[in-house]
Amino acid sequence: MKRFFEKLRGSQPSTSQEIPTRPIPKENIEIISKPPYPRLEPPQLIVGCAQSVGIQRDHNEDALFTLTTTLTGDFRNVPFGLYIVADGMGGHQHGEIASGIAIRSMAGYIIRKLYTPFLSLKPNLPEESLLEIMQEGVQDAHTAITKQVPGGVTTMTAALILGNRMTIAHVGDSRAYLISNNGRIEALTRDHSLVKRLVELGQITVDEAAIHPQRNVLYRALGQGEPFDPDINSIQIPDTGYLLLCSDGLWSVVPEAEIQSIVQKSKNPEEACQSLVDAANAAGGPDNITAILIRLYT
Amino acid sequence: MQECGLETHRITQNFDSAGNHPSQQLESGSSLGNRYLIQDVIGLGGMGAVYRARDLHFPNVEKLVAVKEMINQARDPLVRSTIVRNFEREANLLATLDHPGIPRIYDYFTHNERSYLILEFINGKDLEAILGETVGFIPQEKVVYWAVELCDVLHYLHSHKPEPIIFRDMKPSNVMINHHNHVILIDFGIAKPFQGSQRGTMIGTEGYSPPEQYRGEANHLADIYALGATLHHLLTKIDPRLEPPFSFGERPLRKFNPNLSVELESVVNVALQYAPQDRYQSALEMKEALLAVIKKTGMLPPKPMVKDSSSTEEQEILPLWEYACEDEIRGSPTQSSGVIYIGSYDNNMYAMKAASGDFLWKYPTDGGIVSKPLVYDGNIYFGSEDHRLHVINARLGQINWTYYTKGPIRSSPYIAEGHVFIGSDDCHLHAINTLSGRPAWKLDVGAPVRSTPIVEHEYVYFGTEDGELYCVDFSSKVRWRFKAKRAITSSPIVHNGVIYFTSMDATLYALDARTGWVIWRFRLGKASISTPCIAEGFMFTGAADGKIYCVDMRTSKEVWSFATEHQVTGSPVVYNDSLYCGSVDKYFYCLEYSTGRLKWKYRTNGAITGTPTAHDGVVFIGSNDHHLYALTA
Repeated sequence: MKRFFEKLRGSQPSTSQEIPTRPIPKENIEIISKPPYPRLEPPQLIVGCAQSVGIQRDHNEDALFTLTTTLTGDFRNVPFGLYIVADGMGGHQHGEIASGIAIRSMAGYIIRKLYTPFLSLKPNLPEESLLEIMQEGVQDAHTAITKQVPGGVTTMTAALILGNRMTIAHVGDSRAYLISNNGRIEALTRDHSLVKRLVELGQITVDEAAIHPQRNVLYRALGQGEPFDPDINSIQIPDTGYLLLCSDGLWSVVPEAEIQSIVQKSKNPEEACQSLVDAANAAGGPDNITAILIRLYT
Repeated sequence: MQECGLETHRITQNFDSAGNHPSQQLESGSSLGNRYLIQDVIGLGGMGAVYRARDLHFPNVEKLVAVKEMINQARDPLVRSTIVRNFEREANLLATLDHPGIPRIYDYFTHNERSYLILEFINGKDLEAILGETVGFIPQEKVVYWAVELCDVLHYLHSHKPEPIIFRDMKPSNVMINHHNHVILIDFGIAKPFQGSQRGTMIGTEGYSPPEQYRGEANHLADIYALGATLHHLLTKIDPRLEPPFSFGERPLRKFNPNLSVELESVVNVALQYAPQDRYQSALEMKEALLAVIKKTGMLPPKPMVKDSSSTEEQEILPLWEYACEDEIRGSPTQSSGVIYIGSYDNNMYAMKAASGDFLWKYPTDGGIVSKPLVYDGNIYFGSEDHRLHVINARLGQINWTYYTKGPIRSSPYIAEGHVFIGSDDCHLHAINTLSGRPAWKLDVGAPVRSTPIVEHEYVYFGTEDGELYCVDFSSKVRWRFKAKRAITSSPIVHNGVIYFTSMDATLYALDARTGWVIWRFRLGKASISTPCIAEGFMFTGAADGKIYCVDMRTSKEVWSFATEHQVTGSPVVYNDSLYCGSVDKYFYCLEYSTGRLKWKYRTNGAITGTPTAHDGVVFIGSNDHHLYALTA
């Protein structure tokens, strides 16, 4: 914390070479001077989530899962968190079945493979790596959907937090964001979306993308195609900040800067998620909205 | 029939489970319209089945036909009749076509909700099936000949009067190869009206279609692109439907199939340009280019891969200087303040000027030196096979103190918090006070420690010949242990809270530094004792399969690998934009680290087993030919 303020002071121009600048707006001063949330010792994850069917849809095809706990080890307690967002699609209610299967299958697999072993008296670690376990979990979910709800597909973005490590498995166009206290918001996932790809290649503009007839086309999703190749990667979690998982019902209507500001202004993750969902509905709520916000610790 | 390979299974199940579509197929032995005797189902698609049938109008010969069945799923009568009208229009169009690469249409009719198309039966396989059953790559000659024929068919379609016909759906599953090895283009989009409209978020791109097709602007140049995409798939065996759309540019043909000719790669590249005006402007033009490839390469077995023209020939590389020891150099040099320190199997530690190679001093031990010396506070620290850790004055090469272990030392020292940490073949890790030369503690780990310890955040990490990786604190208490399947001789490195090392079990491991949990594993071709190094989110290591690997540290996926002629036991080093690494094949390699492209290589007269060091534009490497070489980096 002390270092944080030192850093802030260090970045101010020194008085001897004062340069006239526009005064900082009051709200920004509040943001800057507001200390980051109190440090929790031992480290723990504080989580909120919210969902809404939206304004223009009559049923919910999104699904979410959160599990926040602490693994009690012999010499240290380690935070454990598993967070999943899935956004299903396909007629005949196949979408909501698919997203439900994705969540159950993935969460079940990770808990069986990683969490349950820790609850035994002599915890034995699985032989597979975290990346392999996540990969197998996604593959399981994919197989289950292909078998049980042919025709249904779903996105899935799953984050596993173990100690200071975050492993993300991602398919489709739900997103994981890292929001830092210095006002940055960074997407950790890449949408598997056709239109996004067209925009990246300069074939169409962002405006054209918003009304493109195939703007809802994904090129990768659970339940689609074989062999199946999710994006999986692992990073060290930053000292402070937030992890946000959300479906496109949020990010497609609420700009990133607004998401960032809502998160920073909210008292706690629960309140932040509700505000995010409200903002999406205020922007028309064209789709189901799901948000999970995790406050990270050192 | 679109994407029948991928979709079939699912959609058939869908019919079965949903139960709201008339799904029963025609039975074998039943007859359709009193004329077509159904023999077998040869395909299933979203709209219905495709059957092989015998035409009973030819009672004395077995004339086979393909019967394509399309089930009208629309409920609204107006939509239903529109679908049927579109189908009949397309069928009439197809009936006007006459080309050996296009199936003949014999008849069509609609019966209740089902429409049927009677087509020439093609005895053969589609390219998707051929791709699936080919082990290794399809010979490029074959692919080029098919491509020429496909250009012919496309040219025929594009020259159709009054309107050119755009195929729009070129992909391996739509190209049949008949028994005479000729191509036949199937599925003229005639079934498309039966597919129904899609709702909401959809899934699946064609994978082969050009960007402009998604703007609805496809002209005949879209077919050129899709043909390029099809050829790309055939030649690399990488399915574009599983890759990000339009990403062919990131997958040059010869990166995946180095035996392909440069000319062929360039033809496919031109066809796959994003901008339509950059592609071949007609199927004929592309055909000419393919014929030129045939002519130029003679389509004989492809020549051995030509050396990259931009790589410097090995003869041009001359060392700045070289220094001969009296026996092999198996270990690694260290540079400090303009001086190079290197141990040799002749028992000596040498010091020489980095700029000139001029001899400064040598210090004899009673055993071979196979490790890397460490410079700390004016002293050189190194272990020898004479069981001792030697600490000598860096300037004069005179002994300061030694520390005795009960086995040869092959581990290199690491200094932190006033202590030197070093492993020994006496199965201990030793922690010795750098001022007094006295042991603070030693930890029995039950197997020789040849791995070099590393200290990070008050924890010491090292591997053992038993295959264990230890994390111990400064009081020698074990925090965690991880067991690999074989020895860990390589030295762990730490980056952003992750420990990386290789093992003789042919795996590159990434472990969480606090807990020892495995974050990822990367399979190497063979065992490894090479210590990995890091640059820009990439990890590099060598293995006994002779390869130098580059792995993405976040995803653990291979970025590239470079094959040398023998084991790579030393470690790579990144300096500026290059990766330097020696191999037991006697060569010292300089690669572009982002691509693995060979920049140059230098041949020594012996195996290289050590790790280079680079400084001030010079890279230093020892060889088993007794020499230490200084090369321009």
